[in-house]
Amino acid sequence: MRLITHNMLSCNIKGVTNGFPLRIEAGNVIEKEVDFNPDFIRHMFAKLEWKALVEGARSMGYAELPEDSPDAAVLESDESFLKKLHHALLELHLEEGALVCPETGRKFPVNKGIPNMLLHEDEV
Amino acid sequence: MANRPELLAPPEIFYDETEARKYTSSSRIVDIQAKLSERALELLALPEDGVPRFLLDIGCGSGLSGETISESGHHWLGLDISASMLNVAVEREVEGDLLLGDMGQGLGLRPGVIDGAISISAVQWLCNADKSSHEPRLRLKAFFGSLYRCLSRGARAVFQVYPENIKQRELILRQALQAGFGGGLVVDYPHSTKKRKEFLVLTCGSVQTSIQTGKSDCDEGCSEDDSSEDEESGMVSMSDRNRPKKRQKSSNKKGKSREWILRKKEQSRRKGNDVPADSKYTGRKRKSRF
Repeated sequence: MRLITHNMLSCNIKGVTNGFPLRIEAGNVIEKEVDFNPDFIRHMFAKLEWKALVEGARSMGYAELPEDSPDAAVLESDESFLKKLHHALLELHLEEGALVCPETGRKFPVNKGIPNMLLHEDEV
Repeated sequence: MANRPELLAPPEIFYDETEARKYTSSSRIVDIQAKLSERALELLALPEDGVPRFLLDIGCGSGLSGETISESGHHWLGLDISASMLNVAVEREVEGDLLLGDMGQGLGLRPGVIDGAISISAVQWLCNADKSSHEPRLRLKAFFGSLYRCLSRGARAVFQVYPENIKQRELILRQALQAGFGGGLVVDYPHSTKKRKEFLVLTCGSVQTSIQTGKSDCDEGCSEDDSSEDEESGMVSMSDRNRPKKRQKSSNKKGKSREWILRKKEQSRRKGNDVPADSKYTGRKRKSRF
């Protein structure tokens, strides 16, 4: 699971109002190279929750992202920043670990890079 | 179709390891899935500006449809309920992220993050109650509701479905419209039983976009009748939520039949009203003085 997905996932349990972002418990993180496309990164930037991304990246061992969300000018001109964002979003894979709901503490295990988001009968 | 898989077992059980491998190694299935995915991507009508988008593949299975998405240059996120199918996808090193989840439980994605969604041969599984706790209508509602929320404005969802019968198709359409989607059904090759494929194209936000017409074998010759009664038509537009069911109106010229009465009573019961039980007297022809 990559951070691009983590940034969109929220806990779906019935009654939970604050299920985003899920806390990452990183067991095994690997890196896989992906072609860099600045247009895609710029396109996705508008949809990201920046804080969640920075925190998630840190849990996966990548602390190069700035704390504050950069403004549009940086996005247009600074390619090194775009490359860092690309690396964080698309190249870091959580292979084993867990995602934890911030409100209930429920753990969603991650195996072989696949988070198990199946809810139990009483959580629907 | 000889045996519909969804009548045999729930998807996570039907698609076990053996079945998952069989499915993915059948060249015929791989070919069909690729074609269906390409057509679905076409119907998504993504802007052709060369910018990759982030798509959702619902019921991604072993990643056959996902590969088509990757090949067309987009990134994707896949959801499936069968761990075995997802394991095959991992083996095949698909480029998209995979989630093990049940679409009937809601997608759990933040609002407005998805640029488009496709689903190949998956949504019909929602119509069966695989567990005693399942109520297909509620699952469809959870699915379409969460899907509507997570799509960005102007994004589309294209589902290739194999509905078992008219009722199922209507159920799916109704739930989609209730969730706020507009859109219509695109039928390719409506006259051929083998080649016929149905795509449900749902739009949210902008209603101005036009839905493409379905492919058909005869080009100029056949009349593209727009009425929804006609099963053979290339396009059925259902952009208005309150569109009456035309099928009913035409077949009921002699007043309200028993079938109609039973259906209305069922509807009322669903709303929670107190409705007398159905019996042999329901809708029975009364003496003329009534």
